[in-house]
Parts: sequence; C-alpha cells; structure tokens
Amino acid sequence: MGNKTPLYQCHLDAGAKIVDFAGWDMPINYGSQIAEHEAVRGDAGMFDVSHMTVVDVSGGAAKSYLQYLLGNDVARLKITGKALYSCMLNEQGGVIDDLIVYYLRDNFYRLVINSATREKDLAWLDRQAQGFAGLVIKFREDIAILAVQGPNARSKAIALFDDYQQQSLRQLARFQAAEFDDCFVGRTGYTGEDGFEIMMLAERIPNFWERSLAAGITACGLGARDTLRLEAGMNLYGADMDETTSPLVSGLGWTLAMDDDREFIGKKALLQQRAAGIQQSFVGLLLLDKGVLRNHLRVVTALGDGEITSGSYSPTLQQSIAMARVPAGTAGQVEVEVRNKMLKAEVVKLPFVREGKSMLNHEGNHQ
Amino acid sequence: MSEVPLELKFLSSHEWVLIEDNVATVGVSDHAQELLGDLVYVELPEVGGAVAAGDSVGVIESVKAASDTYAPVSGEVIEVNEELEGAPERINDDPYGDGWMYKIAMEDAEEVGDLLDADAYSETIADEE
Repeated sequence: MGNKTPLYQCHLDAGAKIVDFAGWDMPINYGSQIAEHEAVRGDAGMFDVSHMTVVDVSGGAAKSYLQYLLGNDVARLKITGKALYSCMLNEQGGVIDDLIVYYLRDNFYRLVINSATREKDLAWLDRQAQGFAGLVIKFREDIAILAVQGPNARSKAIALFDDYQQQSLRQLARFQAAEFDDCFVGRTGYTGEDGFEIMMLAERIPNFWERSLAAGITACGLGARDTLRLEAGMNLYGADMDETTSPLVSGLGWTLAMDDDREFIGKKALLQQRAAGIQQSFVGLLLLDKGVLRNHLRVVTALGDGEITSGSYSPTLQQSIAMARVPAGTAGQVEVEVRNKMLKAEVVKLPFVREGKSMLNHEGNHQ
Repeated sequence: MSEVPLELKFLSSHEWVLIEDNVATVGVSDHAQELLGDLVYVELPEVGGAVAAGDSVGVIESVKAASDTYAPVSGEVIEVNEELEGAPERINDDPYGDGWMYKIAMEDAEEVGDLLDADAYSETIADEE
C-alpha cells in the first residue's frame, strides 16, 4: 500500500488502473492511454499531480538562498507570480532535481519538486540553508495539485472559478501564476499544450475534480502524461538526467544562468566542463523502421555509441520517438539496437510536437 | 474480470489457442491486452517458418512495454494476421476475434494436452486481477 493523494477515491470512481509510482498509488490510465493523450492534444485533459511536493521558501534571505541553490537565477523573476524552470545541482554539476520556482512577493517563493526525489531534496534544501539567516522552508503537505491541459483546457477550467478569479485567469500570461485566497493557479504544464496547474487545499480538490469532469475535462493518467511530455521534448528526472549527468549534456543548458558573477552550487564544475568541451549532445530520435524505442537502448552513430534516455510511442506522430544522449555532432541517420536488430532512426530537433502540431518536416528541423 | 472463453486453450504466458482440424490459431488473451494497455506494434512470425512449442516467435508492444509471444504448439506457420501491422489496436478491441495473430499447421496433436484449459488459465490469472 503506497501513499494516496486526496483524489485517490476519485480515480477509482473514474475506473483508473492504479500503479505504484515512487511509492504513490497513482492512476496509469482510465482505460486507454492513447485516448487520454489525444484528449489533451485535441481538447482538455486533467492529471492529478498531487504526489509532487510544494515547498514555500520565505524570509529575508530567501532570494539569496535560491540564487545560491539553483542553476537558473531567481533574480530574473521580477513580476509577482512569474515562474522559472531550473535545475538544482550538486557540487559536481549533476542534477539533484528539476523544479519550478514561482516568485510570489519579496522574500517569498514557491517551489514544486518531484515526488521521487522528495526526501533527498528536502534534506538538501535544509543542508544548504545553513548560513542563510531567518530562512523558513515549509513543506506544504496540505496542498494538492491538478494539471488541466489542452487547447480547450483554459476555457473549460476558467468557468469553474468565481467571477473575480475568472477575470484574473483570463488575463494570466504564460508561465505566470495567480494567487487567490483559496487557490493558486499557474499557466504552466508538462504536455506542450496550453493550460493551468491548479493548487488548492487537499480537502477541496475532490469537489473541483468532479466539477472538472462535469465540464468535459477528460481524466488522464501518468501514462498519457509521459507520452505527452516526451512529444513536447520535456525532460523526465531520473530518466533523462540525474545526479550523474550535467544539464549541459541533458538538453538543459538553456536553464543555466552562469555568465555573470553569481555563485551557485555546481557552477564551478559546469564552467570546467564547458571549458573542457562538451562531448555529448541531447537530441530527439524518430524511428524510421517499425518498432518501439525504449529507455537505455544503445544508439550507434558514425561518431560512437549513445543511449536512449527515454523512448516510447508518439500517438500524435504514430511513430516511435525518443530522447537520447549521443556523441556531440551526431546528425542525420543513426541506428538503435532493439532486441539484437539494428533499426534506423533519424536525429531531429526537439520538441516533436507543440500545441497539437507535429514539428517534423518544418524547414530546418532535420539536423 | 477479463474474458476467458471456455472453448480455447491457453499458455501461462497469456497466448490463447483455438484448435480446428489440426490448425492452431493463436492470439493473446483479454487479460494480457488489459495488462499491456494500448498496443502499438506487433511483430509476427514468418509464413512458411517452422516453430517449436515454447519458441519466442514474436513481440507485441504497447505504449508501456514490450512482451515476447511464444508458440503454443510445434508446426509450420501457414497464415499471419497482416491487418495487425497497421492496426495493432485490434488486439485491444477484439483479442479473441479480429486480434488473432497467426495460424500453425500442427505437427503433433498430442501437444494440445500440455496446454491449459480455460479453468486452469483463469486460476493462473486470478491472483493478478
């Protein structure tokens, strides 16, 4: 028996197949993973992501603490509610976790971290807090999170809020959150579609789930969440990067703010890696032969071997796709070893899909 | 509870077999397709090839996972369901009908005795459901 989110009974009522995910009993699908994937690409779907952890960081040193803790720079956050995606690195420049940080007001930030890394993250946050006076790190177990995603997700979800909130949510910019008395809504997500991530007190979320279902938002499981994020070219912690891999070989160089004099954990190692030359690149693969690419398969290129970090089937493209770490400079066609056979694949730019549309065959896409 | 038709024989690895006039038609069970979820790729044996009972002769892959499929009896593959190449979801939609995979001209009718009947198969999957 694993941990259960406040929506566990709602999942059972909706016919979910429940699996263990990092110690949590979570819905993998409610019948068809592909149908759920298509609901998000074409209409609106929702995911219970309450297994993720909300951490509020406040106090006079909150900003300087997060500037030291994170690879991206929270000083970039100047507007209330603005969100930033960042890696949290160890001294070697490996990724402890990836997270979203929201700037709520001066000296008050909200982090959303992964569930599988919760314990080590919290220990790391505490350990690094030494020397930052007056810092308050609050682990919000009372908050549940529902992601509502898809081209119609915003309009369907907005109708579930009160008049004042509706007005505010209609104007909410991308990667921006609005904080209300009874909930917190970010225009963020992990699917490559527009939508919201909605946080509210755990006891209120079952009612909101039921009203969302009634509004025609499809219940979607973690299975669809994975194929959606893969199509969107978004990294999955533990598969695409971990403590042994640098953001510089994980397609996450864009999340690093390292060209000014700010000191942050891992910066020295990253600068050394960059000076020594980055030997690997992180790319998309499109399988040209029949079959399905899976995590850890060997990629054979003209420049040496690489490895698939996450692979699956793309319901949108109806082909198998993957993200892979390959020798720097790899382009064109490569081979992937699948059950002792060599299958042809093509190196492509990420993402594969954005807002319901294939990004393949656009000019300049193929590398 | 998944469907287990009484007229079929089964392997514990979730293949079903229909025996008619020395020809064995093979597919995967309703239980197996439920476990795998949406199927997206099916690799079938080649027509004309010889297979032995217990051989791995193909693979079915869902979004989630790949699973080998095994020949329940020995003989020659005389027909495969080519529709599955473009429409593997037929196995999800109709595992005991349109989702059949291939047919074997049996060499040894006595091998049928080694297969599970519907009751025995239902027992093997009862723990998983």
